[in-house]
Amino acid sequence: MSTATIISEAGPLEPVVSTQEQGSPARFMQAVLRNRKATAGALILLLMVFVAAFPGLIGRDDPQAAIYGQDLGPSWQHLLGTTQLGQDVFSQLIWGTRLTLIVTVVVSAIATVISMIIGVTAAYVGGLTDRSLSLLTDIFLILPTLPLLIVLASYLPPGTVTLILVLTLTSWAFQARQLRSQGLSLRARDFLAAARVRGERTSYIILFEIIPTMTSLIVASFLGLSVFVVGFAAGLQFLGLGNSTELTWGTMLYYAQQGGALEAGNAWWALAPGAAVAVLGAGFALVNYAFDEIGNPALRPVRKRARTTA
Amino acid sequence: MRYITRRVGLFVITLWAALTVNFIIPRVMPGNEATAVLATFRDVNPAALHALQIEFGVNVHQNLFVTYLQYIANCFTGQFGLTAQRVPVLTEIAGKIPWTLALVGVTTIIAFAIGTLVGVLSAWRRGGRLDGILPPMLFIVATFPVFFVGLLLLFVFAVTLNWLPLSSNYSIGATPSLSLSFVGDVFTHALLPGLSLVIVTAGLWIYSMRNNMITTLAEDYVKMGRAKGLPSWRIMTDYAARNAILPNLTGFAMQLGYVLGGSILVEYTFSYPGLGYLFYTSTTDHDLPLMQALFLVYTLAVLVCVLLADFLTAGLDPRTRDA
Repeated sequence: MSTATIISEAGPLEPVVSTQEQGSPARFMQAVLRNRKATAGALILLLMVFVAAFPGLIGRDDPQAAIYGQDLGPSWQHLLGTTQLGQDVFSQLIWGTRLTLIVTVVVSAIATVISMIIGVTAAYVGGLTDRSLSLLTDIFLILPTLPLLIVLASYLPPGTVTLILVLTLTSWAFQARQLRSQGLSLRARDFLAAARVRGERTSYIILFEIIPTMTSLIVASFLGLSVFVVGFAAGLQFLGLGNSTELTWGTMLYYAQQGGALEAGNAWWALAPGAAVAVLGAGFALVNYAFDEIGNPALRPVRKRARTTA
Repeated sequence: MRYITRRVGLFVITLWAALTVNFIIPRVMPGNEATAVLATFRDVNPAALHALQIEFGVNVHQNLFVTYLQYIANCFTGQFGLTAQRVPVLTEIAGKIPWTLALVGVTTIIAFAIGTLVGVLSAWRRGGRLDGILPPMLFIVATFPVFFVGLLLLFVFAVTLNWLPLSSNYSIGATPSLSLSFVGDVFTHALLPGLSLVIVTAGLWIYSMRNNMITTLAEDYVKMGRAKGLPSWRIMTDYAARNAILPNLTGFAMQLGYVLGGSILVEYTFSYPGLGYLFYTSTTDHDLPLMQALFLVYTLAVLVCVLLADFLTAGLDPRTRDA
């Protein structure tokens, strides 16, 4: 959350990576590789994606089969021991990656789109529209997230769809505010005046003129949201508000807490999924942190910034 | 003045939104869990039952708008009905508030102090030893889920080293009093939950404080201070830090919602019987009146703090007063 705070406080920033420039993906890759934090974060995320895509290659055991000894410690057969029911913890961790990652990415993507549309519309259209959208944003920003999540999730049938729904609803506001301030700074630019003179519709200007110039901020929004969503999704499931038959790191934590994993001396059962959530969150955060440095020259260590023709 | 009016307006509207969320959710959600819950309430006195029926819109045969107004009136007069254990919701909540208030209050102040101090110092000596280690490290730690930090601390200090208790707010059998031994007992129980919250939130303060400081240090009035030949600690505190802390005050209130959310997870992890643990049990018991009242309590807490921060900002920053 706070990673994005600095963007607004450091004032409007010029989009460094713009889709309108030729060869920008290559430049973006270069920027990522030059930054150590970004490289570390990107490696973590790539590893997670690989595990989520091919869990069978790594976790050979059936994650849900309760066929082993109960509460076993780590061994070569069971790298992280077994659960209270005799399931292989390592295998659960591996197979749980997929749904954890899907929820994170889907929620972050939808919430980014919502915040983009609300934030940029508010900034560009202005007037009453701006005031009502900003008010809506402020309300969602102040309502305490986890309590709201808990109330919403308690009334809906537990499951992935519910999880995605409630997390999306509660997470878009912060980025909407960021994107609004960036949108405000673009409002007086010539290329928008040119579009208006051409007689383009407002929706066209927002979608095809403004939003493409904000690519770097939008990617940063997505990353910032992901950090947030990973933690909150796991938190909700940890509290038992997910669907406990679905295998994710959050539900693993729930079962470990219910089964008194720590008291039973079966620490890995609780710590391993907790660490996985932490590492995934850190992966997103590292890339995001680096992104701030790439996008906001004031925060960059000492290097001089190459001039961009934005 | 306009600034304050605007912020008070936001306060009122957000409170109204929270009340409305509470009112609408039981009415639009599928399955109507409220009916099932209320069915278990047949034996309570008619007045309390009626308040609950209004809250959940069950067996209320009147205009929806009238019900809505009645609901809001009930909330303002504190009629939240009874919990599943037939205790008035307010009594139940009031008993838990001190535990959470102490835990969250103390840890937030500590985290804010640490964060501000480290943030100021690391920005002042940018690229120095402190700046190279603490901010990046704590920034990563800040992204860790608070319950993971809690579980880790439990594993190290309660399970492995056996120095500190595993759960609860004081030892079984201890009688609450102001004696030294009881206060010490409470302290040892609150240490790990508090530490988890501090570890996770301090990084956020460091990060934003450092960035505010870096921006402020580039201002002309800081150059002016240097040109006047002022001692550097004065430039750091009076010129830079004093201005850099302003956005953090607003952030302080904003992040309270985040901290409160974290406290729910921490209380659950440590079975620490405060508001957060009560919130958790209200979901497992399907105790909807309690759950909704708690949501309002959390919202109100955040709103009051946001408003206080606004007043403080208005007092400290003349620019906001005529904005």
